[in-house]
Amino acid sequence: MTDVIQNAIDALSLGSLYALLALGVALIFGIMRLLNFAHGQLIVVGGYSLWVLDGLPTPLQILGTVLIVIAFALALELIAFRPLRNADPAVLLVSSFAVAFLMENLALVIFGGRAKGVPLPEWLSDNLVIGSLRVPVLSVVSVIAAAVLLASLAAFLSRTSIGIQMRAAAENFGTARLLGVRANTVIMAAFAISGVLAATASILIIAKGGTVTPGMGTAPVLIAFIAVIIGGLGSLKGAVYGGLLLGILTVVLQVILPLSLRPYRDAFVYGVVLLVLTLRPQGLVVLRSALQRV
Amino acid sequence: MPPLLEIQDLVVSYGGTQAVRGVSMRVDRDEAVALIGPNGAGKTTTLNTVAGVVRQAGGEIQFGGQNTRGEPPERLVRRGLALVPENRQIFTSLTVEENLRLATFMGRSPDAAADIEVELERFPALRSYLRSPAGSLSGGEQQMLAISRALLCKPELLMLDEPSLGLAPRLVEVVFEALRGLRDVGVTILLVEQNAFQAIDFADRTYVLSAGRIALSGTRDELRADRRIESAYLGGGLDES
Repeated sequence: MTDVIQNAIDALSLGSLYALLALGVALIFGIMRLLNFAHGQLIVVGGYSLWVLDGLPTPLQILGTVLIVIAFALALELIAFRPLRNADPAVLLVSSFAVAFLMENLALVIFGGRAKGVPLPEWLSDNLVIGSLRVPVLSVVSVIAAAVLLASLAAFLSRTSIGIQMRAAAENFGTARLLGVRANTVIMAAFAISGVLAATASILIIAKGGTVTPGMGTAPVLIAFIAVIIGGLGSLKGAVYGGLLLGILTVVLQVILPLSLRPYRDAFVYGVVLLVLTLRPQGLVVLRSALQRV
Repeated sequence: MPPLLEIQDLVVSYGGTQAVRGVSMRVDRDEAVALIGPNGAGKTTTLNTVAGVVRQAGGEIQFGGQNTRGEPPERLVRRGLALVPENRQIFTSLTVEENLRLATFMGRSPDAAADIEVELERFPALRSYLRSPAGSLSGGEQQMLAISRALLCKPELLMLDEPSLGLAPRLVEVVFEALRGLRDVGVTILLVEQNAFQAIDFADRTYVLSAGRIALSGTRDELRADRRIESAYLGGGLDES
């Protein structure tokens, strides 16, 4: 029984991390129809920020990291995407690849290829012991961080004027502009929020792995792309479901697969992904607006 | 006083083909003007260009005495130019209330709550759906929402692109009743319509567009009697006749 609970918490914790990753990508896609490959590099920026700010009190280190990642996210929009505002989404995608590789190689030149250790407070790697149950503090922190961010984002999108403008722009940018929604305002807001999501994901990944490398952004961004697509492109809810599904599936397969098959866990995970896409090519959540456009 | 909207020799091209080929027209303050013509005549393109959605290839558009060239829609709506786009284009995933509030965020409406209340009195059918996704509205209700939303932009010129499209006759009447109400309190209107005779009856003056050019124009009384309207819809070259 305790095994089941521990595995469930693990699954939820990985699922929340993937949901945060997917949400950062889905938010930008919703508004700009851009799959932002450089979102992975924001995670790298977060990792090196933690490393550079090591020595500061932890809250300042985290706050500084979030601010630096937001600054990079905004710079990304200003430098790599704004000049291409009216270009085809495929051009934006290529631009996001280019800027991602540029950033990865800059990190390689500046920090070198060897992994840098980022010491985080010891209590994060402790276990919470409740009776016979041992739960990693980090898992609990991941779940809480994701839940708080999701709830804040939902409140922001439904309660604030910028949030309502962002949702309108995500559904139909042209008509939103006719009603006075400024393109730059909503796009900058979306990049700033995707920066907060990337910074949080980055801190959780670093807390788990303990090191930062220039190439560490690629795997998370691919997971985010897959989660966004199985969730239903353009739907924020779908991205969260997709991320949770992918994370939970990974942990469940890790547990139930026989030992001899465990090295091939990811093959099973992506087998299920393929199955989902075959059965529901439109993704788990389909937007009404997308239906009406057909 | 100069006209509120003055279009001179407007040319608009889409990838090599000219959709609008030298249109000149004007809308005076407090006037209701209709722009009619067969499918593909360039009516929607003309409205979209005035609203800043489409860039012109040639000609001038003056709104309130100032050139609009290069101004994006979000700036023009702040100058008082609102468009109810073709097919209504309401935000189906937002609630009805959010659709209405969206138009008040740019600050042209000093008391948003009171202005929204005015719209709910104009279209009482919307009131019971305030908290529902706008996608659950019927076509007629969506059109009412689209008109209310444009009015909440506090426009000096209200442009409507085929507000009767796809509506049952009873709802077309509801929409036109509302438009007559607006016309009679002095809202300046530029209306694009398929339904030529309804539009001519509604407007003080009407322009007939054919193959990207103004083929004919006149007041309500002048055009009611004019047989050439029918030939414009049959696609005949009016210039030669």
